Amino acid sequence: MARTVTTQRKVIVTAIAWTIAIAIFFPILWTFLTSFKTEADAIATPPKFLFFNWTTENYTTVQGRSNYFLHFWNSVIISVGSTVAALIIAIPAAWSMAFVPGKRTKDILMWMLSTKMMPAVGVLVPIYLLFRDTGLLDTRTGLVIVLTLMNLPIVVWMLYTYFKEIPGEILEAARMDGANLTREIIYVLTPMAVPGIASTLLLNIILAWNEAFWTLNLTASKSAPLTQFIASYSSPEGLFYAKLSAASMMAIAPIIVLGWFSQKQLVRGLTFGAVK
Amino acid sequence: MATQASRAAGRLMISPAVILLFLWMIVPLGMTIWFSFLRYNLLIPGGETFAGFENYHYFFTDPNFWPALWNTLTLVLGVLLITTVGGILLALLLDQPMFGQGIVRVLVIAPFFVMPTVSALVWKNMFMNPVNGLFAWIARTLGFAPFDFLSAAPLFSIILIVAWQWLPFATLILLTALQSLDSEQLEAAEMDGAGPVSRFFYIMLPHLARAATVVILIQTIFLLSVFAEILVTTNGGPGNASTNLTYLVYSQSLLQYDVGLGSAGGIVAVILANIVAIFLMRMIGKNLET
Repeated sequence: MARTVTTQRKVIVTAIAWTIAIAIFFPILWTFLTSFKTEADAIATPPKFLFFNWTTENYTTVQGRSNYFLHFWNSVIISVGSTVAALIIAIPAAWSMAFVPGKRTKDILMWMLSTKMMPAVGVLVPIYLLFRDTGLLDTRTGLVIVLTLMNLPIVVWMLYTYFKEIPGEILEAARMDGANLTREIIYVLTPMAVPGIASTLLLNIILAWNEAFWTLNLTASKSAPLTQFIASYSSPEGLFYAKLSAASMMAIAPIIVLGWFSQKQLVRGLTFGAVK
Repeated sequence: MATQASRAAGRLMISPAVILLFLWMIVPLGMTIWFSFLRYNLLIPGGETFAGFENYHYFFTDPNFWPALWNTLTLVLGVLLITTVGGILLALLLDQPMFGQGIVRVLVIAPFFVMPTVSALVWKNMFMNPVNGLFAWIARTLGFAPFDFLSAAPLFSIILIVAWQWLPFATLILLTALQSLDSEQLEAAEMDGAGPVSRFFYIMLPHLARAATVVILIQTIFLLSVFAEILVTTNGGPGNASTNLTYLVYSQSLLQYDVGLGSAGGIVAVILANIVAIFLMRMIGKNLET
């Protein structure tokens, strides 16, 4: 930009922006700090911000008392499993819609989007009963199935908008050079499609990790992912702020880090390409 | 360009996705519609009989229905107001030159990645708790009586929690839109003597209108189904003070085992969401033309 900005103005803007940003981030920071306190320090008045006896005992207690890693592992399997399954189904579909669009491609895309608009509560009862009758309640398989189907429209859409940006001429050139369909996919398309697929993968893992309607309603204990595990802290006995904080930090830290990497894709994915 | 063979291959590649999504949409929804016309309670197995519109009648005359509808709308509109206005202001701020812009952005976006059960419990216990919460301490320090957020103003408290989660989303999308604004256009306006206020109202705001509409519509879809935040903070209470439609249907079908009534409620929720969806689909469809 050609406009010059005075240093004074920049300093003022910086001060305001940092203050607001830290205020917005504060609940996460506070949870982080509390997770290293003793339970007595966690509810001390006045609150202790930095000067307390730092301890990691909450983290070991959380694992010891409620087998945190089982739930962490459930979250990993459910989010990664449903994402990979959705990609396997969606990649061919998005590929053909982007490169061999037919008359109805647009209608199919819009229809897929419309399935995403259906509120989950509208199908809660039948899914619950189907799962109960087929023994899928409280299983990781059941949740993988539901989350795969739930996120499939977003995955198809994201991949479609990425594939659309791959120039079709390159494919034609490859075809003229005598590449058949298999070679075309392996040598020409895949390298160009990998960044888009990776972004889709990342965003979808985040969405599945944080999904908190089906995971709360369809699991109880053994297949409960972290969303359900944390919800069990809503009716605790005794002092528990520090332990709640430790459990929360372990549940959100990995996904916040992934999320920071996927900021740009987030916009495209969640607006179905309407804002880029 | 496409040959007959590649067309056929294309159709073959689409079909798994289409068939699966079709089944996912039509089978459970069909079942919900069917159940909604039955007297069907899980506590009375085998006692299903046809009920006509009885369930709908009960659902609409349930003393919890109108409060739930009202709460749903309040929740959606409250969160939308905070996140859209806040998002526009924040986006304008973050678009300014400053030191450490990348870090500020990262801090502002973080709440969006916090799972709903975590954010609800952290806010409920560590901030809004009238005894040990941080807000209570601030109130006492300033000489006020601590305010019991979740008992005295449950819906308002939930709006705050949900708004905290969605403000980053609105900000991020509006910021992305703002950054795509042609800076030459702004400079030209400035040279023509347009001040910052008129630049905002005549150039930036119209440019943001599209993104803001998308933000509002997408958030509405998600906000109509807020569930986890209510479940872990208030359980819909006290009374029905923070019960929204989603929570009402959940409690009727999975807590009171009334499948028929819950299904009728589910269908009402679907219809409500579809009214919003139609507008959203039009917006996105228009974008697809180009």
